[in-house]
Amino acid sequence: MIQGQRTPIESGCPDGFQYMHPTMRKNYGNWAYHEDPRPGVLKHTAHGGEAIYTVRAGTQRILDVFTLRKLCDIGDQYAEGYVRFTIRSNIEYMVADGSKVEPLIAALEKEGFVVGGTKNSVAMISHTQGWLHCDIPGTDASGVVKSMMDELIEEFKNWNMPNRVHITTSCCQINCGGQGDIAINVQHTKPPKINHDLVANICERPSVVARCPVAAIRPALVNGKPSLEVDEKKCICCGACYPPCTPMQINDPEHTKLAIWVGGNHSNARGKPTFQKLVAAGIPNNAPRWPEATAIVKKILQTYKDNARDWERLSDWIERIGWPQFFELTELPFTKFHVDNWRGARHSLNASTHIRF
Amino acid sequence: MAKKAHVTPMLDELENGPWPSFISGIKRLRDEHQDDRINGMANSLLGQLEHSYETRKGYWKGGTVSVYGYGSGIIPRFSEVAHAFEESKEFHTLRVQPPAGNYYTTDMLRQLGDSWEKYGSGLVTFHGQTGNIMFIGTSTENTQHFFNEINEYGFDLGGAGPCVRTGMSCVGAARCEQSCVDEMKVHRTLLNNFTDDVHRPALPYKFKFKVSGCGNDCMNSIERSDFAIIGTWRDDMKVDQQAFKEYVGKKGRQHTIDNIITRCPTNALSLNDDDSLSVDNRNCVRCMHCLNVVPKALSPGDDKGVTILMGGKRTLKIGDLMGTVIVPFMKLEDEADYETLTELAEEVIDYWAENGLEHERCGEMVERIGLVNFLEGIGVEVDPNMIAETRTSSYVRMDDWDIEAKKWFDRKAEQKQAS
Repeated sequence: MIQGQRTPIESGCPDGFQYMHPTMRKNYGNWAYHEDPRPGVLKHTAHGGEAIYTVRAGTQRILDVFTLRKLCDIGDQYAEGYVRFTIRSNIEYMVADGSKVEPLIAALEKEGFVVGGTKNSVAMISHTQGWLHCDIPGTDASGVVKSMMDELIEEFKNWNMPNRVHITTSCCQINCGGQGDIAINVQHTKPPKINHDLVANICERPSVVARCPVAAIRPALVNGKPSLEVDEKKCICCGACYPPCTPMQINDPEHTKLAIWVGGNHSNARGKPTFQKLVAAGIPNNAPRWPEATAIVKKILQTYKDNARDWERLSDWIERIGWPQFFELTELPFTKFHVDNWRGARHSLNASTHIRF
Repeated sequence: MAKKAHVTPMLDELENGPWPSFISGIKRLRDEHQDDRINGMANSLLGQLEHSYETRKGYWKGGTVSVYGYGSGIIPRFSEVAHAFEESKEFHTLRVQPPAGNYYTTDMLRQLGDSWEKYGSGLVTFHGQTGNIMFIGTSTENTQHFFNEINEYGFDLGGAGPCVRTGMSCVGAARCEQSCVDEMKVHRTLLNNFTDDVHRPALPYKFKFKVSGCGNDCMNSIERSDFAIIGTWRDDMKVDQQAFKEYVGKKGRQHTIDNIITRCPTNALSLNDDDSLSVDNRNCVRCMHCLNVVPKALSPGDDKGVTILMGGKRTLKIGDLMGTVIVPFMKLEDEADYETLTELAEEVIDYWAENGLEHERCGEMVERIGLVNFLEGIGVEVDPNMIAETRTSSYVRMDDWDIEAKKWFDRKAEQKQAS
């Protein structure tokens, strides 16, 4: 029985100061510059001359309490007991004493954590929950990410890239993983299969109809029961109807594929922020190691590394060399599916004589 | 452990390779934890996950689980294959708001780990894509017990469903020289003003606040928040000419021209003959590129504040939208400034709650009704900083042109008088 009567304390978002390294508290808002002594390490210097070192490490993201305690043990023994987590789920240890940096790195690496992910490296892949916990997943992002990071680990540990590379994965087309320089996302290729026996009991039909971006769903009576039907010619297989109506099963072992998008960039540096654009699709959802997806990502990374100039993000590089050359260099096929036909699509067409020969 | 471990040949493949394996972690909980409940839960979870890998489908369904007094913050998960994987048949996630900036002491992490071990699966993620600590996997009953325990020592649930969601703020002023605003203060002021809207979902859909200290926007706020607060400055950027010359001396002129001067999006930079830097500050758009390249020599100015963009979101349902500039510049110094910010956020949420359709994000509403109607609704005047270019279509009625033009000149006169 739930205790029930305890009134919650609506304290909201806790104050971060109480958990912050004293050197950071003291110099809050007063930092002068930073340096990058080596991959995975930052050194920030305050106007008064004090410095704080940060050591960043990649983990498995889904932490068991044993791993969490191991990270804490390392923090107590080799650092100063203060940590934070980055937006890409890396752990960061902050130390005021620079002589602690090397032993801290050695301790982290000895326990299998991976120091890196700063500056012009391939950062940790940000990802979604997948089959482990999501109610609508087309794949298992954790598995895709583990498989991919196994192959990209040297790029995480080193500064080999022209600029930083943010990779994301998402287990459905809602794209909770977000925009990335490279994004590996589920792409459904067939309309949902409807279990008409269950629709009336589970789904609020008008809201399912309203959820469809292309108005392909309408109420229908099937075998004498109120249900829904999909105009399969109109359906874009996005899966938006599946969350509010699980009898409209969109996930399929064969027809749920992966697609790869590039050039998403949240920063305002140089150009304005950009959305990611489609480059490859039809990639098999091949658990448990997804080798086909990893191969394409590696090919794109290698081409970017070989051809882009320093400080060019993937989007900057493609803007400079043009899409025809991108497809030529990466040896990926350019198809009719790359031409956008969604709202505002005319803006993505070339209305000029600007062509590279 | 009492029961036989599920065979997991596919998941076992994910224990190979050099990157840390989440599967090995779950197996440790199955094999090495002293609590039978956790062993069973981990075993059952691995069994179901292997089943997903074999069939390439997910087997969790949602439901309604909440703690007493709240309607949000739990992601309920019930197994559709509970007959085969009994011990993880209820596997709910608690979304817990982290301290602003994601700071922890190891003591606090241990305390959270201890509480979670008592009531949950022992699996946790710092943090999910919205920014919550994700305590993954507990029963309906233990959801309340775990919440009670951590709530006593200062942690509260985040949002889930159609409500104000947990916010995010960058490391910012705590450790970054580019910080132009007190990110933690903005984050906590806004989020904790809307605590009621976090815990009791009553909005058209989700609403997210994200705070970045500069245009690098490390929190991805333009792309994925309804209300993005980004630090900036409006006086001249600072140039330490001596440090800049040293950089040029070390790296060379060609490097400096190729990587700094020609990369400026508005051609606002010029390398002088003596290797010092000239900046056309009136045309600098605070993109941050040159500051990123030479942080030792180039810094934000002193007259700092924020730019606010609204309406960013991901794909569902009308496609991805970036946020749009609504407030080009706003000072955030004294309490009155923070009050103005909070009032603006309240105005926006109220207007959207009133006018948004069910499951319609704020940015989708703006797209449906047009930016001008939205601005009128929230009481903000039009500003040329809100657009990339002016109208190209002549199909528009402009009966009140003279009145609108007068408003512009009146506002300009007012601003002149104020300054």
